Amino acid sequence: MNDASYTLAGLRRGFSDCLAPALGVFVYGLVFGVLSRQAGLSDAQALCMSAFVYAGASQLLAMDLWGPGLDVAAVVLTTLVVNLRHVLMGAAVAPWCGPLGPARAYGTVFLMADENWATSMAAYARGERDWAHMAGGGLAVWSAWLLATGLGRLLTGNLADPAALGLDFAFTAVFLALLTGFWRGRADLPPWLVAGAASLAVWAFLPGKWYILAGGLAGSLAAALRPAQGRGAA
Amino acid sequence: MIPEALSPDARAWLAIAGMALATYLTRASGLLLSSRLSLGPRGQAFLAALPGSILTAIVAPAVLASGPVEGLASLLTVAVAAKWRNLPLAMFAGVAAVFALRLLLV
Repeated sequence: MNDASYTLAGLRRGFSDCLAPALGVFVYGLVFGVLSRQAGLSDAQALCMSAFVYAGASQLLAMDLWGPGLDVAAVVLTTLVVNLRHVLMGAAVAPWCGPLGPARAYGTVFLMADENWATSMAAYARGERDWAHMAGGGLAVWSAWLLATGLGRLLTGNLADPAALGLDFAFTAVFLALLTGFWRGRADLPPWLVAGAASLAVWAFLPGKWYILAGGLAGSLAAALRPAQGRGAA
Repeated sequence: MIPEALSPDARAWLAIAGMALATYLTRASGLLLSSRLSLGPRGQAFLAALPGSILTAIVAPAVLASGPVEGLASLLTVAVAAKWRNLPLAMFAGVAAVFALRLLLV
């Protein structure tokens, strides 16, 4: 049955359904704004990144890789790997937006972030069939992200020495907090141990930031190769 | 791959463009693949474990190989993040801990 639609009313519903998650994104965006200045991005670069990449975890990660000798290939490859979860999210919405044609499907997924994807999938489960719901939620999240990036940079415009205040640890703290949020139970432990061990080994023997990709792939491979009964229901 | 002669500014813009393209590809490819590819349980487990594994790989050297200050501050950051589920608060706690511990221990 094909009952999918794409209307302004659906856009509005998606926008208001996503206001609370957008507030969380706003606070997170302030953090990106602060870190982007510390990493040496110009205002235009930080705002363009938030507008066109629009993917929080990978942008924060890129700040860790940023510097004068920036390895473009490493940054792009790492971004690709971090955002591979989008592939699953896109596959999940395909039955909803598929019937509406490529322009509405492929245009709208540009705005698909974790927050509005979750909100719209919850609405879909309740019977929402207006695909503009995803675009509306995405607009709320996207504008919050962009505004917060700018504001975060304004707020920390004239900070003298970040390391003296412990701010060099801000990256690590942010990633640890994000990691804590990904904890689902003891089944996460083996892949994370493998990831940590591989990361340390590559970090010790190879220059640059390849330890991130090596550790990430090693941990995920460990999760994929685990016997099925140990994998849990999630 | 990337010419060494490029200025730092040009490299930054190139990286931003590449990141934007890579991210959009991940968003669009799920739609494209869904009709012709069904991911087995192992493939799903791989994708599901990616974010946590990558984050672990990022922090491992900083947490385990920097020294006692960073190690202790990491424990505190995780504790605050687990209790309050608040990213800015956890970041603040970690930074404040590093600041205080450096005054005390270094």
